[in-house]
Amino acid sequence: MQRIGVFVCHCGTNIAATVDVKAVAEALGHEPGVVVSQDYQYMCSESGQNLVKNAIKEHNLTGVVICSCSPRMHENTFRKAAAAAGLNPYLVEIANIREQCSWIHKDIATATEKAVILGRAAVAKVHLNAPLIAGESPVAKRALVIGGGIAGIQTALDIAEAGFDVDIVEKNPTIGGKMAQIDKTFPTLDCAACILTPKMVEASQNEKIHIHSFSEVTDVKGFVGNFTVTIKKKARFVDETKCTGCGLCTEKCPMKKVPNEFNMGLDNRTAIYIPFAQAVPKVATIDPNYCMMLKNGKCGVCSKVCSVGAIDYKQEDRFIEEKYGAIVVATGFNPIKLDKYDEFAYNQSPDVVTSLELERLMNAAGPNGGTLLRPSDKTHPHKIVFVQCVGSRCDDSKGKPYCSKICCMYTAKHAMLIREKYPDTEVYVFYIDVRTPGKNFDEFYRRAVEQYNVHYIKGMVGKVTPQSNGKLHVQASDLLANEQLHIDADMVVLAAAIEPDKTARPLATMLTTQMDTNDFFTEAHPKLRPVESATAGIFLSGACQGPKDIPETVAQASAAAAKAIGLLCKNSITCNPCVAHSDELMCNGCSSCEKVCPYGAITYIDKEFRMPDRTTKVRRVASVNPAVCQGCGACTVACPSGAMDLNGFSNSQIMAEVDAICK
Amino acid sequence: MQETMINRAKQLLADGTVTRVIGWKRGEFAYDITPAVFESAEELESDFVFDDFTSANVSKYLVKESAKEGKVLVFLKPCDTYSLNQLTKEHRVNRDNIYVIGIPGGPKLDIEKIKAKGISGILSVRNEDYTLKIETIYGEETMPFSEAILDKCASCKSKKHVTYDELIGEDGDVLDSNRFDMVEKLENMTAQERYDFWREQLSKCIRCNACRNVCPACTCEKCVFDNPNSGVENKAASDSFEENMFHIIRAFHVAGRCTDCGECSRVCPQNIPLHLLNRKFIKDINELYGAYQAGEDTTSKAPLTNYTFDDCEASIVHERGVE
Repeated sequence: MQRIGVFVCHCGTNIAATVDVKAVAEALGHEPGVVVSQDYQYMCSESGQNLVKNAIKEHNLTGVVICSCSPRMHENTFRKAAAAAGLNPYLVEIANIREQCSWIHKDIATATEKAVILGRAAVAKVHLNAPLIAGESPVAKRALVIGGGIAGIQTALDIAEAGFDVDIVEKNPTIGGKMAQIDKTFPTLDCAACILTPKMVEASQNEKIHIHSFSEVTDVKGFVGNFTVTIKKKARFVDETKCTGCGLCTEKCPMKKVPNEFNMGLDNRTAIYIPFAQAVPKVATIDPNYCMMLKNGKCGVCSKVCSVGAIDYKQEDRFIEEKYGAIVVATGFNPIKLDKYDEFAYNQSPDVVTSLELERLMNAAGPNGGTLLRPSDKTHPHKIVFVQCVGSRCDDSKGKPYCSKICCMYTAKHAMLIREKYPDTEVYVFYIDVRTPGKNFDEFYRRAVEQYNVHYIKGMVGKVTPQSNGKLHVQASDLLANEQLHIDADMVVLAAAIEPDKTARPLATMLTTQMDTNDFFTEAHPKLRPVESATAGIFLSGACQGPKDIPETVAQASAAAAKAIGLLCKNSITCNPCVAHSDELMCNGCSSCEKVCPYGAITYIDKEFRMPDRTTKVRRVASVNPAVCQGCGACTVACPSGAMDLNGFSNSQIMAEVDAICK
Repeated sequence: MQETMINRAKQLLADGTVTRVIGWKRGEFAYDITPAVFESAEELESDFVFDDFTSANVSKYLVKESAKEGKVLVFLKPCDTYSLNQLTKEHRVNRDNIYVIGIPGGPKLDIEKIKAKGISGILSVRNEDYTLKIETIYGEETMPFSEAILDKCASCKSKKHVTYDELIGEDGDVLDSNRFDMVEKLENMTAQERYDFWREQLSKCIRCNACRNVCPACTCEKCVFDNPNSGVENKAASDSFEENMFHIIRAFHVAGRCTDCGECSRVCPQNIPLHLLNRKFIKDINELYGAYQAGEDTTSKAPLTNYTFDDCEASIVHERGVE
């Protein structure tokens, strides 16, 4: 006979304000098998836990139901409390009467009724709970960082500093990411390259850090402490171990008309290229879309001039497999495409540029050697209009609903740098709001307005029209003066919204991590676990989690590293005992479960069975490796014969819950 | 045709290629054909039948027969080969132990349609130039062949054998069939009309289990409806809606695995158009995940047990409860 204890938490007023907790405790006290039913103000507090512990001992309980917050919050707390009182921790069930009840209802009667029903379902389930014993699995002492921008570099450096091996996988030929393209950084105006490139070099020289540039993650198997990752090393047609980065091949390559992505397509590079002078690794890469040797076998100049024989036209994609204990995602961001913003004439005039393009135009290593010239006729612009929030804070389908966060500050930076270097240039900034929360940020913005006389105008630009004289006619409204403005500008700079890198979504699927509707990775808790994903062993670094500037990115990168180090320090982690198992007598051997298992935990064996008529029969049946199974339950629903079941979430337990709810 | 098949089967038995033959034999009446296993030339000579009534899909018998010693010869119509492929894919049969001779498909005849013309006391049915000469104890009757075709043959999806070791006769093509017409009609009904339609049909069910027993996708080691631990065993009797649940559970069970052989409706003694449930699933899968026919091959990934990055979320594509 089951002896079940029910404990209803007030959670202060979080639950008690909407749910009549005393009535819930009273009602659940009458459920079959329930021998004690109590309520308490904070069940998670020490005295609340003692209440549970004492009841377990006093009433000799065989099962516990806690009606409280989400199990994500305190399931572990109560399992530990039960274990301390001598009850198997897996005989504890949580009825979520906070997030799924009190927080979403206003009416006390309805909420109370629902809380009783949720509690009743948990009681029905706990009747069928079986004690489970958790095993242990070892932790691979190596971390993977996906993305080699400033976030990935910082995370890798910190993990390596703690003494663990760490691999960086970067899809581009060099690490450095977006920060390498930026000219100066706010609010101190120090040069981005000057502070980034030493870190890149540090990463490449650290013997614990292994950089896989021009590589992609193609497959992730396993679980926390035990990930097996396949990395595709894309063919760069240059032997990385031989190439010295002398750059002779890039000078001699006859194919010189390839849009240079590092300079945002504002100038050209050669088919064999090194993205920029400080690239890490400083190794050439052949672009197969443009290389004449790879396209039609006619050329071979780079191979002839290379003194170390590093060119290998027959190189193919290579796949390597490595085991990791922790994975840090640092896939970063991109500015959005502006194809849908015809009103700003981005596709019509080369003098309408994005802010990142402006960075390159102003950079000493950029297409103009650092002199700001109009892309169309290479003349000095005398009137520049900046448009803020292009695609940010948009409620239409064109843009993004969120604030891209960095645009206000970099626009102030651009405006200030232009006024500093070219005092004869007039600068207008059209804004909805200027947002400058951050250390020394507002001071910086005020300097742009007060010291550098940048014209900040509250209002939006309605239309930009290229004119025959080369000027850009800007129509805008000044909301404070309540008047229409017409400005003949030489250049227009659009602060394009930023969005997560396109590689993030397929990666999230591989990692079984969650994303929000904007494809930013979701943190495990927005306040208390900001650098962990909800999937154990996967951590988040930088703008892949949300728009961030450089200081924030670096801070989060180090935080993610700290979390990864905490995991890598452990020799083993406790496994989840809620794993699948197959009822061999019912298994058809059809392989449905094997096909859907994301962890590769299911194999098939031929097993001999004794039949009722005393004959034997060899049958193909599923076998689950409990160390690999993560208890996702995909197999239990895919199984056509109902042979697969999940410990702690068995089909019969779930049906009992449904029956209790529908009663 | 029947002669050719018997002779070839006798040869294969004689040279030891196979030890058993799965085919059809006559029952009490001429039109009363049942699947059968033959082990000798004599049995084949005396009992083996192949005619306009040999419509039964015999592939399911291979689950048991292919697990035994020695190879088994099976005669499969095009539709039956789809079922065999699906069984092979699910590791339910040992394909290496099966010798498949592909034979031409239907259209086969539905004796109920002949009887519905008021013809009774039937002794034999002959097809002469697409006119049926029906010999009865009251004399000879005639009716057009086309009016007695089995429903499942009237909406045939394919004349192509998707697996075989040898063929008798020519192989055909996958047809552009009209098999989803009735499903479309049901889709266009209001929810209430559709509910009424299925209530009327399914309430006729007597839970004889014929549909399950004949279905080549229903080969579980232990069927949930026979398993006291499943919680659904015998529920049919508990209230009037439970027979609906039986068919809905079964339709979900074979979703993505049903080869649309039509046997469920053919054997139903209450003439419930059960195949429409399965066809709705096939149609939905085609529309949501791209054309897929279970049993077409033995290697492709089935859309319902496979995930791709461009999979749609069915519940989002079709808003529920919206008419």
